[in-house]
Amino acid sequence: MIPLSWYLIAAAALFCIGLFGVLSRKNAVSILMSVELMLNAVNINLLAFWHYHTQLQGAGQITPQVFVAMVFIVAAAEVAVGLALIISAYRRRETPVVDEMTLLKG
Amino acid sequence: MSGLQIVFLIVAVVTLFSGVMVVASRKMMHSALWLILTLLGVAILFATLQAGFFAIVQVLVYIGAISILIIFTLMLTRRVMDDEHPQVIKGWWLPAVMAVILFGLIAGFLATWEDFQVMLNELPADAENLAAFGSALVNPAGYVIPFEVASVLLLAALVGAIYIAVERKEKTR
Repeated sequence: MIPLSWYLIAAAALFCIGLFGVLSRKNAVSILMSVELMLNAVNINLLAFWHYHTQLQGAGQITPQVFVAMVFIVAAAEVAVGLALIISAYRRRETPVVDEMTLLKG
Repeated sequence: MSGLQIVFLIVAVVTLFSGVMVVASRKMMHSALWLILTLLGVAILFATLQAGFFAIVQVLVYIGAISILIIFTLMLTRRVMDDEHPQVIKGWWLPAVMAVILFGLIAGFLATWEDFQVMLNELPADAENLAAFGSALVNPAGYVIPFEVASVLLLAALVGAIYIAVERKEKTR
């Protein structure tokens, strides 16, 4: 039987790794991969609290599961649009590096 | 220390290590492969939480679809393959310090919660109750509106992705 704290600490560590990746990587694709890490950390937290809530209040806790499903859907939509934008920007600028994507610069 | 705890520790260490490799490895393709290992570790963590359905969905959606999309994009954007230049910005230590501080804040804040050390006991076999979950998603008294909005969001995102990514011929006048 695993303490709740282990899940929360592991999820926090995974979230911070993803945050570091988003802030420090140059490549747009790897920024998206880091965002995926952060979303996964959130899902671990949600399911850990689902388990905690279920053992306190009995079976039939639907809300956390719906929340996790929404995170999955939004993650899939985000990756589809994000990768399409990266490919489109790559066609114009021949680079996936976010520092060199300066199309909006005045 | 029980067997499940040992499994958890091994999986958590592998997941966090491969997560670090995702953000640290210099070759983008290696980074994507480490990402798959991380997602698999998260799926096993879901399974240890007795959320079997979401462990399966994690493997199907993340490993089966999202990471394949990411790998395709890596192969379509050629310059990512070069590994001579560093993949992180020059002042990378500042985000590192910020991430460590944030981790300390989250852990310190959680540690003040009285139920932080509570044990997650084994749930009865019907605790996940997928039938109730499924009917709540289409129940007007439940979550049908968020569910439908999410469906429309996904459809719109996929149509938009095709529209953005399709290669158009230059306009001839």
